[in-house]
Amino acid sequence: MSHISILMENQPGALSRVVGLFSQRGYNIDSLSVAPTNDSSLSRLTMVVKEEESIISQILKQLNKVIDVVEVQNLSDIESVSLEIAIVKLKITEKEAKKIIESAFPVVGEIINHKDAFVMIKLIGSNHEVDDFLLSLNKQKFLEVTRSGLLGMGTGENFLISESETTIEY
Amino acid sequence: MKKESGGSALIRALADENVDLLFGYPGGAALHIYDAIYQQDKVQHILVRHEQAAVHAADGYARATGKVGTVLVTSGPGATNAITGIATAYMDSIPLVVISGQVASHLIGTDAFQETDMMGISRPIVKHSFLIQSPEEIPEVVKKAFIIAKTGKPGPVVIDVPKDMTDPNHLFDYQYPKDIKMRSYSAPSEEEESNVDEAVSLLEKAKKPVLYAGGGIIQGNASEELKKLAKIMNAPVTNTLMGLGAFPATHENFIGMLGMHGTYEANMAMHEADLIFALGSRFDDRTTNNPKKYSLNAKKIHLDCDYGSIEKIINVDVSLNGDAKKILNQILNKIDPKNIDKASIDLWNNEILNWRETHGLNHDLLDKKFHQKQILPQQVIQSLYKSTNGKAFITSDVGQHQMFAAQYYKFDEPRKWINSGGLGTMGFGLPSAMGVKFAFPDEDVVCVTGEGSIQMCIQELSTCMQYGLPVKIINLNNRALGMVKQWQDMQYGGRYSSILYEDSLPDFVKLAESYGHVGMKVEDISELEERMDECISMKDKLVFMDVYVDPDEHVYPMLEAGGNMSEMRVSKTKKTF
Ligand SMILES: Cc1ncc(C[n+]2csc(CCOP(=O)(O)OP(=O)(O)O)c2C)c(N)n1
Ligand SMILES: [Mg+2]
Repeated sequence: MSHISILMENQPGALSRVVGLFSQRGYNIDSLSVAPTNDSSLSRLTMVVKEEESIISQILKQLNKVIDVVEVQNLSDIESVSLEIAIVKLKITEKEAKKIIESAFPVVGEIINHKDAFVMIKLIGSNHEVDDFLLSLNKQKFLEVTRSGLLGMGTGENFLISESETTIEY
Repeated sequence: MKKESGGSALIRALADENVDLLFGYPGGAALHIYDAIYQQDKVQHILVRHEQAAVHAADGYARATGKVGTVLVTSGPGATNAITGIATAYMDSIPLVVISGQVASHLIGTDAFQETDMMGISRPIVKHSFLIQSPEEIPEVVKKAFIIAKTGKPGPVVIDVPKDMTDPNHLFDYQYPKDIKMRSYSAPSEEEESNVDEAVSLLEKAKKPVLYAGGGIIQGNASEELKKLAKIMNAPVTNTLMGLGAFPATHENFIGMLGMHGTYEANMAMHEADLIFALGSRFDDRTTNNPKKYSLNAKKIHLDCDYGSIEKIINVDVSLNGDAKKILNQILNKIDPKNIDKASIDLWNNEILNWRETHGLNHDLLDKKFHQKQILPQQVIQSLYKSTNGKAFITSDVGQHQMFAAQYYKFDEPRKWINSGGLGTMGFGLPSAMGVKFAFPDEDVVCVTGEGSIQMCIQELSTCMQYGLPVKIINLNNRALGMVKQWQDMQYGGRYSSILYEDSLPDFVKLAESYGHVGMKVEDISELEERMDECISMKDKLVFMDVYVDPDEHVYPMLEAGGNMSEMRVSKTKKTF
């Protein structure tokens, strides 16, 4: 598994160029999350890809060639932290929900909505932890889940920031 | 400051980019732009007969000149017709800027008349693409498009222009930017000293080196540096199909093209080498045969401006990523002639000469000429070489005729051999020859084609008449899709599935004449040379020379699928494995 972080221009078409590199070669993206950064002209994209290392290194090179891609970082190659956020909807009472949250450790959960016979719980954990938690849920009561995909960031001086613009004269 | 509309700004930006020729075809979404073209005289528009030909013509122009080729098409069918041309340029890393009209912004996504998602369709076959979002950004986008197309590993760039972006009533102040700012893009440069040192030390140690040069040496204008390196080392040089002319074919160190239909001696040398220096070539599957069995005893150095091409197929010992000319100069500055193993390399060159003597191209041909009844396609190319003094620009289509041209026309200069190596696009030959002829009106420009390929863009005979383009078309007419036939002979027991025309071929002589050109038909070997001289000497006429060649001729050598570089068929009956 590789966990890749990309800084790219916040432009229409940029995402499809990145995703296209994978689909074109028949590689599946396991999870993907993308949103603008503090600099609204840049988006940060984080993805998980389960492919062999030689394939990943080739893909990283191709990613670097995409004109809209500003920086690429393989979080799997450096020290990094990662987590995932999920929202689940269950057909249970609030009391049952609280019980589930108590037993969810190491996943951290919180009730964020309760309407009619349904409760929504927000969960934060590593992706394995979230996987395990979801598996443990009673199938009859578990209705829906949405996951952020694995987010991540290099630790310490492992920055993923944009270098200043290069001016090209010609 | 004169105000411009989006349409006129677009054309003015092309003029500011020193574009003299714009190949294209009009239609609804591009009409504001066409009106702007009418009202100026700096950029000449060339009206082709099919958008595919517009892109191939711009492509031929770009390959021959080293400049960026420029194309204008309308939305929908205009854009989709351009796609084959764009893919052709993309595969061979040719710098193009293709401007496509698009339906007005508010109609995008509504399946409007002649709407096609050009950004989406072209995405995998462009270096980059732009969708114009405001008329004011047009000059800057054009500037970026040209820089991106031309620098680094070149490639086609699409600019999709919704009709409302070119509205003649919306005027703004025009200024063409001197430079542009891009966050992520930089052109390749020199390589780090340490890598150059490693490469030099491998070159100095080599006993059986091969310099394996591709199209990157032509694009990177590094032929002179390559010649110097070959001279210092006295090393054999082979060129890829795309690299022909990067190193002079008549040079004593040249061992011919390598690969699928490369010379026996070049493929053997690749197999037996102890050092392969790949220069601007990308270990394409047509030049490696089975990568698992590829030149196992050789150390490998790979120089490429594209980081992504290095170790994509073959692992290497030293990678040199950057500008070919700069890096070769770094090497030339460091390599010490005294350290080169001259004695071993002499032996190596002798070994290669022996291979040439046993199974070289001409050896095989002499054999055949002995009991020939019909014109051999190889002889046509040799005759063409003679009549043009080896100085012509040769464009080609795709098939056996292309391989015969590559094998038998000895290209001594870069940019003279123009073919679709990567995509293998039938129909490329004639339109690309037009582009070359526009750029070099006083030079001989010859399209070597087959009766199959020429019919894929034959409508351009009309364009040639309109603009007075006296290119020469040499049709190696074997009455079949010959290359497919060859494979069916070799691998499908001679079951000729859908490769014959059943007497439906046109009379090419009359066809050429109907456009006002000259047609010639040659069937007899005794008149070949004379007719060829006659054809080439008609400097102001397009001549379509229809040469009937032996339909049973195959292209050899041919690498055996799945084998290593030494496993070849060298004739219909002889093989090396
Ligand atoms: C557009 C396109 N369609 C199909 C092919 C597959 N193809 C490769 S060579 C060839 C035969 C070409 O015939 P011709 O132009 O007569 O050349 P010959 O091989 O006979 O010299 C074909 C069909 C191709 N390369 N391009
Ligand atoms: Mg043919």
